[in-house]
Amino acid sequence: MTVTTPSDREILITRVFAASQQRIFAAVTTPALIRRWLLGPDGWTMPVCEVDLRVGGSLRYLWRNEEDGREFGLHGTFREIVVPERIVHVESFDDASMPGNTIVTTTLHAHGDTTTLMLSIVYESREIRDMAAASGMKDGIAASYDRLEANL
Amino acid sequence: MELSGYKYPTSGRLDATFAALADPTRRSILARLATGEASVTELAAPFAMSQPAISKHLKVLERAGLISRGRDAQRRPCRIEARPLANALEWLERYRRLWEANFDRLDALLAETAEE
Repeated sequence: MTVTTPSDREILITRVFAASQQRIFAAVTTPALIRRWLLGPDGWTMPVCEVDLRVGGSLRYLWRNEEDGREFGLHGTFREIVVPERIVHVESFDDASMPGNTIVTTTLHAHGDTTTLMLSIVYESREIRDMAAASGMKDGIAASYDRLEANL
Repeated sequence: MELSGYKYPTSGRLDATFAALADPTRRSILARLATGEASVTELAAPFAMSQPAISKHLKVLERAGLISRGRDAQRRPCRIEARPLANALEWLERYRRLWEANFDRLDALLAETAEE
């Protein structure tokens, strides 16, 4: 897997899978399958996963931390769907402290028995990207302080 | 938790950092400098590129605050500047961790469903 920044508002993640385009397309668009892998760090489940796979249709994801009950949600709208190779959707977080949209493009390229999945995440504006970057750093620092406290 | 005194990166700086990191030659130069300081001649050696071309890349890296140049007029050794790089990489690292965990699970799911 590689993570690069092709431009100043974009993050591009590339990963090769030993499966066909069709099977990967199904895994990234079928709620029963999405809930089994799109879970983030350990300890989170996905109690809500709704996908209305058509242009203009909406998606709704909600994750829950089973240990402390924290919830984290996002919602989005599909802009473009080309079965089985390309999906573009716009998403934003429920959390009001994280306003703004990101445009997410999932592309599948087949090469024989393998398929390359490219996930492009483009922040709508530089301000939103900077807030996302800053909030993550704040969380990272808070988490390090918590670990430090726990070790004192 | 309020962190007073912690400066968020300004928009311009993060742009410059990302633009600097977007180029594979510049990423290679940074990887080389991570092992210690080097002159332009030393940096140009592994690339099929002229010294002026390498110097252009170094100017971009310097403007982004990712490297600094020594005062020695002859050699002007380049060295890596850790802070802006660490800020940008920390952000990308979170994406990497998140999507690596997701894609490893997707990989396992695809293997499992292939057998069904």
